[in-house]
Amino acid sequence: MDDSRTAALPHETPGTTRRTFYVAAIYGLSALIGAALGLPALAYLLVPPRMRKQSQWAEAGDIRQLTLHTPVEMTFRRNRVDGWKVTSEKSTAWVVRNAGDQVVAFAPQCTHLGCAYHWDQAKTEFVCPCHNSLFSIDGKVLGGPAPRPLDRYQTKIQGNQLLVGPIEPAPGQIA
Amino acid sequence: MKPLNSLNEWLDHRTGLPTAIRNFLYEEIPASSGWHQVLGSMAIFLFLVQAFTGALLAFNYAPTPGEAYNSLRYILTDLTAGPLMRGLHHWGASMMIVVVVLHMVQVFLYGAYKKPRETTWIVGVVLLLLTLAYGLTGYLLPWDNRAYWGTVVTTKIAATAPLLGPYLTRLLGGEGSIGVVTFARFYGLHVLLLPPATTLLIGIHVYLVRKHGVAPAPGDELVPRKKFYPEQVFKDTLAIFVAFIILFTMAVVVRVPLEQLADPTDTAYIPRPEWYFLFLFQFLKIFPGSLEVVGSVVLPGLAVLTLILVPFIDRGKMMKVTRRGFAMAFVTLAAIGWTGLTAAAVATTPKEAGEVAVDYSAPTDWMQLSAEEMAGVGYFRQENCKSCHAVAGSGSTIGPDLTKTAIHRNAAWMIQHFKSPAVVRPGSSMPPIQLSDPQLNSLAAFLLKLNPDNATALDAAPQFAVEGALVYQSNGCGDCHKVNGAGMDVGPPLNGVDKRRSRSWVEDHFADPPKLSPGSIMPPYKLSRKDLDSLTSYLFSLPD
Repeated sequence: MDDSRTAALPHETPGTTRRTFYVAAIYGLSALIGAALGLPALAYLLVPPRMRKQSQWAEAGDIRQLTLHTPVEMTFRRNRVDGWKVTSEKSTAWVVRNAGDQVVAFAPQCTHLGCAYHWDQAKTEFVCPCHNSLFSIDGKVLGGPAPRPLDRYQTKIQGNQLLVGPIEPAPGQIA
Repeated sequence: MKPLNSLNEWLDHRTGLPTAIRNFLYEEIPASSGWHQVLGSMAIFLFLVQAFTGALLAFNYAPTPGEAYNSLRYILTDLTAGPLMRGLHHWGASMMIVVVVLHMVQVFLYGAYKKPRETTWIVGVVLLLLTLAYGLTGYLLPWDNRAYWGTVVTTKIAATAPLLGPYLTRLLGGEGSIGVVTFARFYGLHVLLLPPATTLLIGIHVYLVRKHGVAPAPGDELVPRKKFYPEQVFKDTLAIFVAFIILFTMAVVVRVPLEQLADPTDTAYIPRPEWYFLFLFQFLKIFPGSLEVVGSVVLPGLAVLTLILVPFIDRGKMMKVTRRGFAMAFVTLAAIGWTGLTAAAVATTPKEAGEVAVDYSAPTDWMQLSAEEMAGVGYFRQENCKSCHAVAGSGSTIGPDLTKTAIHRNAAWMIQHFKSPAVVRPGSSMPPIQLSDPQLNSLAAFLLKLNPDNATALDAAPQFAVEGALVYQSNGCGDCHKVNGAGMDVGPPLNGVDKRRSRSWVEDHFADPPKLSPGSIMPPYKLSRKDLDSLTSYLFSLPD
């Protein structure tokens, strides 16, 4: 409100202090109400939901089907928490068995713009069909616009089963 | 201030908005205006709070049966400030009814509906009906038992309306049964149709108040009028603030319960409407048999019609409120009638036999625990483990945090440790736990389940269930029965017993099993009243 103008109204002058109090109280109380509604609303919208406990590990497949240094695309089902729902969805991983029974499971998306890449057996490279990013068998960028090596699933081996967990960047990379 | 002034002028020149606001605020009002006229502003404020919290709830809500319930549970148990938002919306609805009715009573007592303010009054009556319609449609949206059965009754009442009944039923999608169609209609009404209608009518209502001016008290014409701003705006704001504090406190302190998912096959459920409809519910009971339609539709309809016609029935001159004896008497009688009917409805509401009041607005992770683990919660509470140990990072730091899975090792190690802590861990100051081996087993089983993610959720396990599990364990029920998949198969599994049997049947059954189920090899159990109660409540709270 334009105070200079309203304060000049003739019959208001005797009560100027009371008037100032009224105006201050109107703004002050309104601001308090606004904050008491607005701040919880922000928390409600922005704070991540409480994590619901569930196994993050999914069985990806039998590691006996893997031959040394040949990537295999494994498809499996894993649970994804989506708001109030837990949905089971199909996921894939490019799995490579290295010497000493070490297994690496790459996340199936190119680190450039998320296209699905594939293994080119002739060139022995991972090739992304979208913008021709190329990755080596250990996930390093060999060419194209990809900004970082392929992301990996956390892995565990139980008997002959490969278990995959959450996706994380390659070692030495910052998420 | 200079740039602000020129911005103001620019805006004024282009939109005229600052002048319009000034005209609105510096409206002249009668000298008699004051605290008794804050209720209208309060009602508008509460409407805005409802719109705000309603929109926020809708952001995390799936408006279809079943999903509605799950998404509301997600709001209540997984989201920060989710319970607050629902609390504000729930109690705000009740408060809005109260304020709207009080507003109406004030206008009625003062005779402020008289010529030329008849239309203002009529629009007000329609706004009251809209407010009630929000209550009616919103009641179904949580899709718990309360919501479902309450709406079943509502639609059946609508169906008894003379002539219109079948059409109303069809409109509400209530043909056959309450399901997806009714739900969609109620949701559509609640969020799509009612809000714009309310907004429009509030606009008309306020316009009419401005057009005719705030109703003056008799004799006011001779006293110089005053401005709406700032004194009356201050009074309105302060009243709104007090209302808001009450609302906020209720939303935080009084938990709005969520019952179990709507179950159309539940034969034990006793539906009750929201408190502000209880009087109608009770009124209905006065009219037996074929006269029912009089209580359900005819008389309430006539009451609304009378309310609309009030300004045309009372056409006398404005009088001082203190001389309006008839109006006073009418309001007093109405208040007594309303209170009497509501009290009678509350008094005749039976305690729900057979139902166990599990509050689904809190996490129910505890329901998945086996009886052994559940009894472990009991020993955990009895032995007061939390006086020395932190749980999920909060509490005492004398002992280690019990949610750290690394310290759990295995059950055998834990039991040794419970018995003689200092032997297993030299230097430990933990006193030995004086419990039997099976009891220590329970405690270990529970601790193995405990992790930082579920600690608070398991802490919400109600005491009746914990005590019931203790009785269950000490009587070795698990030697023959299964709970949540753990136990033996000699007797029937106990999950879902609440659907198969009544509470009294189960209680009698403990005393003499072969009498109630011939051929049963279950031995009789002589349980104390208290143990019998907790055990039955526990069994009835098990997930199906």
